[in-house]
Amino acid sequence: MNDERGTMNESAGGRSSFIVHRSSFERVILPTAVAALLVAAWAIAVRLSGTKIFPSPLDVVRGIAALAEKQLLWRYIGDSLMRAATGYLGAVIIGIPLGLLVGLSRTLERIVNPLIQMLRPISPLAWMPLAVIWFGISNAAPIFLIFLASLFPIVVSTIQGVRNVPDVFMQAGRNFGLPFGRLVTRVVFPAALPRILIGLRLAFGVAWLVLVAAEMIAVDSGLGYLIIDARNAGKRYDLVVGGMLLIGVIGLALDSMFRVATRFVRAD
Amino acid sequence: MSSGVRHFLLSISGVAAAICAWQVAVALSPGTLIPGPWSVARGIAELAGNGLLLRYVVASLFRVTWGYLLAVVLAVPTGIVLGLRRRGELALNPILQLLRPISPLAWIPIAILWFGVGDLSAIFLIFLASFLPLTVAAMHAVQNVDEVHVRAAANFGLSRQHLLRTVIVPAILPQLLTGMRIALGIAWLVVVAAEMIAVNSGLGFLIIDARNAGNRYDLVIAGMVLIGTVGLLLDVLMRRIERLDAVRWGYAQE
Amino acid sequence: MKVELRDVSMRFGATRVFDSLDLGVREGEFVCILGPSGCGKSTVLNIAAGFLTPTGGEVRIDGEKVTRPDPRRIFVFQERGVFPWLTVEGNIGFGLYRMPEAEKRERIAHYVQLVGLVGFERAYPRELSGGMKQRLEVARALAVNPDVLLLDEPFGALDSITRLQMRRELLRIWQAERKTILFVTHDIEESVQLADRVVVLSARPARIRRVVDIDIPHPRDLSAPRYIALRDLLFNEIGLAHQV
Repeated sequence: MNDERGTMNESAGGRSSFIVHRSSFERVILPTAVAALLVAAWAIAVRLSGTKIFPSPLDVVRGIAALAEKQLLWRYIGDSLMRAATGYLGAVIIGIPLGLLVGLSRTLERIVNPLIQMLRPISPLAWMPLAVIWFGISNAAPIFLIFLASLFPIVVSTIQGVRNVPDVFMQAGRNFGLPFGRLVTRVVFPAALPRILIGLRLAFGVAWLVLVAAEMIAVDSGLGYLIIDARNAGKRYDLVVGGMLLIGVIGLALDSMFRVATRFVRAD
Repeated sequence: MSSGVRHFLLSISGVAAAICAWQVAVALSPGTLIPGPWSVARGIAELAGNGLLLRYVVASLFRVTWGYLLAVVLAVPTGIVLGLRRRGELALNPILQLLRPISPLAWIPIAILWFGVGDLSAIFLIFLASFLPLTVAAMHAVQNVDEVHVRAAANFGLSRQHLLRTVIVPAILPQLLTGMRIALGIAWLVVVAAEMIAVNSGLGFLIIDARNAGNRYDLVIAGMVLIGTVGLLLDVLMRRIERLDAVRWGYAQE
Repeated sequence: MKVELRDVSMRFGATRVFDSLDLGVREGEFVCILGPSGCGKSTVLNIAAGFLTPTGGEVRIDGEKVTRPDPRRIFVFQERGVFPWLTVEGNIGFGLYRMPEAEKRERIAHYVQLVGLVGFERAYPRELSGGMKQRLEVARALAVNPDVLLLDEPFGALDSITRLQMRRELLRIWQAERKTILFVTHDIEESVQLADRVVVLSARPARIRRVVDIDIPHPRDLSAPRYIALRDLLFNEIGLAHQV
């Protein structure tokens, strides 16, 4: 697309003609300005309402800084990351092969699909009582929840990725006499990879969300715990909001890393 | 055996096998707290009998409906405007991206602060959980409207408003409905979680309460089954809507 | 002159698509713009329709300068232009929103019949073949009674047999309604079969290499010597058009 006045994209399809390209200057300045505006509005609202409880932006910063100094913050972040990574990796290791297998066999898919459809709407948190029975009150319970939560998107998108591999690829592979194992690793997996990567990125987002929720219930460290504890132990809403923002920032950073990584992989 | 019958049998075989495996596992581990399928079935019957089943399901659905519909009413127009005005999208997108990884449940302390413990808090959380995905879905749907259709409509001399009504809105419906279905799924997940933490009724509460009040794990799992069933029904309902004539054109042949 | 291109030039950023095109089209004429792929012929059409603003020069239709899209000059895309969420009737009636209901229904029925889609009024585009969708788009364009029809390789997505049928249909409709037609194509045979005049564009930056009068009366015999001679003439022109 060009920067021409009111230019419309001539190629087949494409974005709506209502959209005109803007400079990258605007891309940075505009959101920064809006963000600053929102923070200012927040500060003003706190001041005007005379609230004793709700923190102002400055309170939040100070609260988090104090926590960081006490080393507690880093411990919490580390614990959260560790739990998320463990549960997520477990889901990847089991989910991708499972998805490949089910995706390749129509029969298996018909058998397994109803199970998936029935289990998926059950919030991972609802598994907590069972998780506690199996793993006790420990890190393992939330990790199991994260594992469960990440498993579904990974399996589903792997299945879809495999299903969407064009038949011609499979035929070509067989034509060249590839044995089944090679067919999967050399043809099916690479062809399904873009879709799988989307699922991996989605799954991590889910993992991050569930992590916070799980930490609010069953453990005594981590960012989710920070939020619940800050409120319960002393109505420290500055830490509550600070924790939320940290969760947002870290989650966004991780997601961006994912996006960069997938682009890198797809470039070849 | 016709293929239709065969498909049906295959479909239920997976579930049946899982239930059998469950029963076997429970039978093989004496002293376990986890009940077998039969106990769970009786638990469900018990809940149906004392009216709690209906009450809890209605409570959860009530919260979901209000929070979700509120989000739809606000998020869809917002998303459409953002999709049409690139500047709006550029301005707000980073903030949306920042808010997205924050679990709606992380808002629980704030929700309780503002709304107290009860329905309003839960509805607020559902609203939060649905708002972002719906906005993004509407925005992307608008951006994906085929240029050709916009031009063709402009060719016929349609005003901006008229074009919005007769072209943009019908054109975005398929994608928007898919986004709405996904958002409803998210809302259902969040309501259950919210009820486990912050409310005193509903299916999520049933699970927590059954465990806390007497280790009634049969009711715990019964609750999970109910949650799964209702969630599945909601999803099926949305998929039905996707098959209406005015919308079906938007989905590739599966 | 019904349609006049005066000194029209277009560039996208640093790319010059064409400099200084001059062309006149008479009322009721069928003019083909013929050229190799990517030479900018679609751009010419989009400028004439008012979707694009030329970087130089202007287009006048009926003496009026073209600055925006207008129902008096309807652009016919390939069959993807039809609205998938509307039925055949809905599509044809789309531009008739100012018309009273009874008259609108009559008009729609007329064009359904004209393009041969009787029986499919309630069908959705996804139930129609490529050729039928193309006919639907033509019907939708005609229903608003435009002065000028601008067709951008409308039969490109169809198989060759359907293409022949569609050309016959288009000529029939043109002879019945006598619209001014500007038709873009890269298919030499198509241009000789359809046009009164063929405007041959060179490769980018495009200029008009030649304007050839096709003086054969309709229906045109595809084996007649005059047809073959004109076709070969255009083949040579296009061959040269591929060199700069």
